[in-house]
Amino acid sequence: MSLSLEEVGRIARLARIELTPQDAEATQAKLSGIFGLIEQMQAVDTTGIAPMSHPQDLVQRLRTDEVTETNQREAFQAVAPEAERGLYLVPKVIE
Amino acid sequence: MRSDWEVVIGLETHAQLNTVSKIFSGASTAFGAAPNEQACGVDIALPGVLPVLNQGAVARAIRFGLAIGAEIAPRSVFARKNYFYPDLPKGYQISQYELPVVVGGTLTIQVGEGDKAYSKTVQLTRAHLEEDAGKSLHEDFQGQSGIDLNRAGTPLLEIVTEPDMRSSAEAVAYAKALHSLVQWIDICDGNMQEGSFRCDANVSVRKKGAEKLGTRREIKNLNSFRFMQQAIDYEVQWQIEQLEDGHAIQQATVLFDPDTGETRSMRSKEDAHDYRYFPDPDLLPLAISAEWIDRVKSEMPELPEEKRRRYRSEYSMVAQDALALTSSLGMSRYFENTLAALREIPGIPYGTQAPDVANAKHVQNWVINNIASSLNKEQLEIEDSKVSSAQLAGLLARVFDNTISSNAAKKVFDALWNGEGNDADSIIETQGLKQVTDASAIEPIIDEVIAANAKNVEEYRAGKEKAFNALVGQVMKASKGKASPAQVNELLKKKLDA
Repeated sequence: MSLSLEEVGRIARLARIELTPQDAEATQAKLSGIFGLIEQMQAVDTTGIAPMSHPQDLVQRLRTDEVTETNQREAFQAVAPEAERGLYLVPKVIE
Repeated sequence: MRSDWEVVIGLETHAQLNTVSKIFSGASTAFGAAPNEQACGVDIALPGVLPVLNQGAVARAIRFGLAIGAEIAPRSVFARKNYFYPDLPKGYQISQYELPVVVGGTLTIQVGEGDKAYSKTVQLTRAHLEEDAGKSLHEDFQGQSGIDLNRAGTPLLEIVTEPDMRSSAEAVAYAKALHSLVQWIDICDGNMQEGSFRCDANVSVRKKGAEKLGTRREIKNLNSFRFMQQAIDYEVQWQIEQLEDGHAIQQATVLFDPDTGETRSMRSKEDAHDYRYFPDPDLLPLAISAEWIDRVKSEMPELPEEKRRRYRSEYSMVAQDALALTSSLGMSRYFENTLAALREIPGIPYGTQAPDVANAKHVQNWVINNIASSLNKEQLEIEDSKVSSAQLAGLLARVFDNTISSNAAKKVFDALWNGEGNDADSIIETQGLKQVTDASAIEPIIDEVIAANAKNVEEYRAGKEKAFNALVGQVMKASKGKASPAQVNELLKKKLDA
């Protein structure tokens, strides 16, 4: 299975990655390589094997429902590009 | 609406779970904090932080699953839903996709009122755990948006139905039943103003008898039942008009504008629906053991449907009354507490058979007719009732033992409601409402009334029952409501027929 340049463009757009035409071609080749690998893996017979969602065969440990965090807004906002009146400021996003 | 069209509605509801901390971090979920004071490193997505799942959120999902008779998945998986928006700093929302925690289940709803009322069972598809996003504030800053991440990471249970509802009335009835249930089992505070319970409605129409579903449009963020009704009605009308004019419906996400009463399409973001879900490598699968489910089950309150069934069989209640008394957990508790308090009061005549049925009948009538309507008038919740269940029991005890007439009881109730006394007995005492049962005290009043109302007396003797009632009324009035109507009836009849 190979990927068209258009599809590469769409994937890049979804991931908010800017690609030059040259980048796109190089990416197309790399992604197609990955798809080739997947195709190879899909040839393996997995009948009767339950799919895993995680490489480790363990289950999630849970935390007790209690508040353990304190307010560290000042420290976080000191390293934020811009903050005012307690809010993080970003370029206007409304359409 | 033209009758050859059928409306098809499915609902997705986000119920905010009432944990004290967030779903993947130890930050507080309390409402109303100053911006970003409850947003910790995990919530603002600092590099290197890792999510740790909150047991309380999972327990609430289990509670919900049990309440709707669903399957609780022994193993479920968290997935990343990828999209870019500044109030989602990770660039993905942690949600569940292929393997949700709750699968299936049903909710039975009552639609309509009176003769037209019917019940219907809505199938649920699933319910899954996920985190909420933050809030963007667009107004206050020139060319910039302000981001408050306090809400980011708040646990949500997204509850999805099958496309089972066939009118806005059914959709609203389902939303109300669900709203009541999540509060009943204490997993969500149900506060719609604060956004703790919000619904999206998927609406489509098709020709009656058609099997294929029409193209749907999704109305987002309905945060009141009234808006839900208006938005769906408008949307249905709009879709039918489009189709009848020969246009096709495009799948879209729309918003309801309460000011105009219209729905309008949001400008679709490019590829907005391609969320590229994949299992979150930061979170291992969630395992829920049968023992955990049993433990949660043992802590569950009696559910509304079970309670209604019990009320109907134990107290011979009609469906409508059972429904009214189970409109909320608080309401049913109030009813049960009043009944229990009444049993504790010594010397109450219970009647000869099935004493609790008779008592329950009185309590039920008072709770529905007096308490509920007084609460309604002042827009109060049952928890804020100005007459406690103990006070109501004390009042009913005095009706049962004939200390006061039912007329006087209403006065005592009003006095209790208005805080004019702490209990029925003291109000009866200070306002002199004790029923007079001594015949020698009532007979002179009856004589006076007979003498002053010769016309009514004549009419009664001519066979007019109404005239008799008028005379009883006069006696009651002259006794300032202290006489017992039954006794007045008896004495008056005796005198007139003599």
